[in-house]
Amino acid sequence: MNWLSRNIDAVLELTGYHLVIALLPVLFGLVISIPLGWVANRWPVARAILVPVAGIMYTIPSLVLFLILPPLLGTRVLDEINVIIALTIYTVALLVRSVADALAAVPPHVIAAADAMGYRPVRRFFGVELPLAVPVLVAGLRVATVSNISLTSVAAILGVPQLGSLFTDGFAVENYDEIVVAIILIFLLAMVFDGLLLLAGRLLTPWARAGRAVGAAK
Amino acid sequence: MIEFRDVTKQYPDGTVAVDKLNLTVEAGTITVFVGPSGCGKTTSLRMVNRMIEATSGTILIDGKDIRDSEPALLRRGMGYVIQQAGLFPHRTVLDNVATVPLLSGWDKRKARARAAELLETVGLPAEMGRRYPVQLSGGQQQRVGVARALAADPPILLMDEPFSAVDPVVREDLQNELLRLQGELDKTIVFVTHDIDEAVRIGEKVAVFRKGGVLAQYGTPADVLRYPADEFVAGFVGRDRGYRGLSFLESSGISVDRVETAKLGKPRAETVADWVLVLDSDGHPCGWLPPGTSVDGSLTREPLVAGGSLYTTGTSLRGALDAALSSPASRGVVVDEDGKYVGVITARQVLDLIEGHPQAVSKT
Repeated sequence: MNWLSRNIDAVLELTGYHLVIALLPVLFGLVISIPLGWVANRWPVARAILVPVAGIMYTIPSLVLFLILPPLLGTRVLDEINVIIALTIYTVALLVRSVADALAAVPPHVIAAADAMGYRPVRRFFGVELPLAVPVLVAGLRVATVSNISLTSVAAILGVPQLGSLFTDGFAVENYDEIVVAIILIFLLAMVFDGLLLLAGRLLTPWARAGRAVGAAK
Repeated sequence: MIEFRDVTKQYPDGTVAVDKLNLTVEAGTITVFVGPSGCGKTTSLRMVNRMIEATSGTILIDGKDIRDSEPALLRRGMGYVIQQAGLFPHRTVLDNVATVPLLSGWDKRKARARAAELLETVGLPAEMGRRYPVQLSGGQQQRVGVARALAADPPILLMDEPFSAVDPVVREDLQNELLRLQGELDKTIVFVTHDIDEAVRIGEKVAVFRKGGVLAQYGTPADVLRYPADEFVAGFVGRDRGYRGLSFLESSGISVDRVETAKLGKPRAETVADWVLVLDSDGHPCGWLPPGTSVDGSLTREPLVAGGSLYTTGTSLRGALDAALSSPASRGVVVDEDGKYVGVITARQVLDLIEGHPQAVSKT
C-alpha cells in the first residue's frame, strides 16, 4: 500500500470526480422521473409506453451508450457530460417505474380524503402523494446510486478520469496495488452512499417505521 | 340548508346514478341517506361538495348554487368523514386534524392548538396527537376522522359510511358519540349508510334510495318504519320493522311486578321452587337462581343463570320487549337509571301496552 500513500492526492481527486459523475445523474434522474412517473400513473396509455421503454433503456450496455451519445449530442468523446447523461438515462429507467408504482399504491380513500379536505391537485401531489411514495422512491434511489457508482468506472475506457482510471492504468503498468485500491474505494463509496440514503429515508419517514412496529406486534 | 333540485347524475356509458333528486336537508339536523349498494346515496353526497359533478339540476346551500364556488374552497367549508377514515398515514394524528385549518392558511401553532382541542372533543387523549394513524385502532382512527372534519368548524358535515368498517360494539359507541357531539355543535349533517338500523338510530330524517338513484321515501325514521311508502321500502327496512318501530314508542305508564329476590353473599338453606332473582349488595341484578336449585350456605355466583338484557325505565318499548324475551325466567328485569332493580315485566305486559298505544297501530 505504499503506492496509495505516494499517490493519495491523485486518488482523492479521482474519488471526487467519481462521485460527481456517479451522483449528479442520481439527482437529475430523480427530478426527471417524478413528472414521468406521475404521467405514467395518471394515464394508462402513458404507462404502457413509458414503463417498457424504461426497461429497454436499462438493457443497453453502458459502453455502447457512452459511445453513441457523442455523435447524437454533438459532444466530444472525452467529455464527462456523456457519462453523466448516460447514467441519468439509467437512473430514469430505474426510477420511472418505482415512482409510478409508488403513486399507484397510495390508497384511493386517502386521495379522496385529500380532495374532500380541499386540496388542489399540485399541493395534493407534493403534500400527500409524493411523501407517501418516499419509501419506494428511496429503495429505487439506492439501487440507482450503487449501480451508478459501479458503472462510472466503465468510463475509464473513454479516458474520462475517475476511480476506474486506476483499473486501466493499473493493468497497463501491471500495478495491482492500484487496481485493489480502486476496487476497495468503489466498494466503500457504494456502501457509504447506500447507507446514507437508507438513513435519510428513515429520517424522512418516521411514520413508516411506526407502521412496521405495529405490523411486527400483530 | 342543502337543497337538491332535479339533480341527475348520468355517466358517459348511460348509467343513471341519481335520477331527478328533489330533497331538502334542513339546517341543524342529521339526515341519513340509506339504501342498497348502487342506489346513488354516496353519489348524491359527493355531489354536494363537487367531488362528483351533477349532470343536470342544481344544488343550493343556503340558497347559493354550489357551482358558483371553486371546488377546493367549497370543500374547505364542509367537513367530510370518509369510510376507513382516510387519514394521511405520513402525518401525526394532530397534523391530520389540523389539515383544513393549515390549508386555509392558519399559522401552524394556532392550527395545532385547535386540533388538540378537537381531539378532546371527540374523546381522545391529547398524547394520542403525537402518534401516527397506523398506531390507532379502527374506532380511534374514525374519531380522528370526525375531529379532522370538524377542525375548521364548518356548518355542514358530510359523512360517507363513516362507521361501516368498525365492529358493531365500536360502531354503537361512535354513533352515540356523534349524537352527543351533534347535541353540542348543531351541524347540518348528511350521513350515508347501507344499514337501516344505523339510519333509524341516528337520523332525524331518513331518505331511502332505491336502485337507479330514485328517492323512494323521505321522512322521519318512525314514519319510514311504520308507514313505508311502497313494497321496496317495506322490504328494505326489513321483516322486523315492526319490532324496530318499538324504538320510537315511549314506555310511560308501564307497571312492573315484583319477584322473589335474594342477596348475593347472604346465607340461605333451601331448594328454590320458582326463579329467584339474585342481586348484589348495591341492588344490581346478577342473574337468576333456576327452580330446583339447592343452596346451602352463602349464596355465590356459581349456581346463577345469566340474566337477559336489562330494561331501564323510561326508555323505549323495544328494550322492554327484548328484556322480557331474552330473560331465562320469561320475565324481563327492569332497572332504574343507576342500574338498580326496580321490578320485572312479562312480554305479555309489553304487548298489551303496545296494543293500547295510540301510535302503535300500523296504517298498512
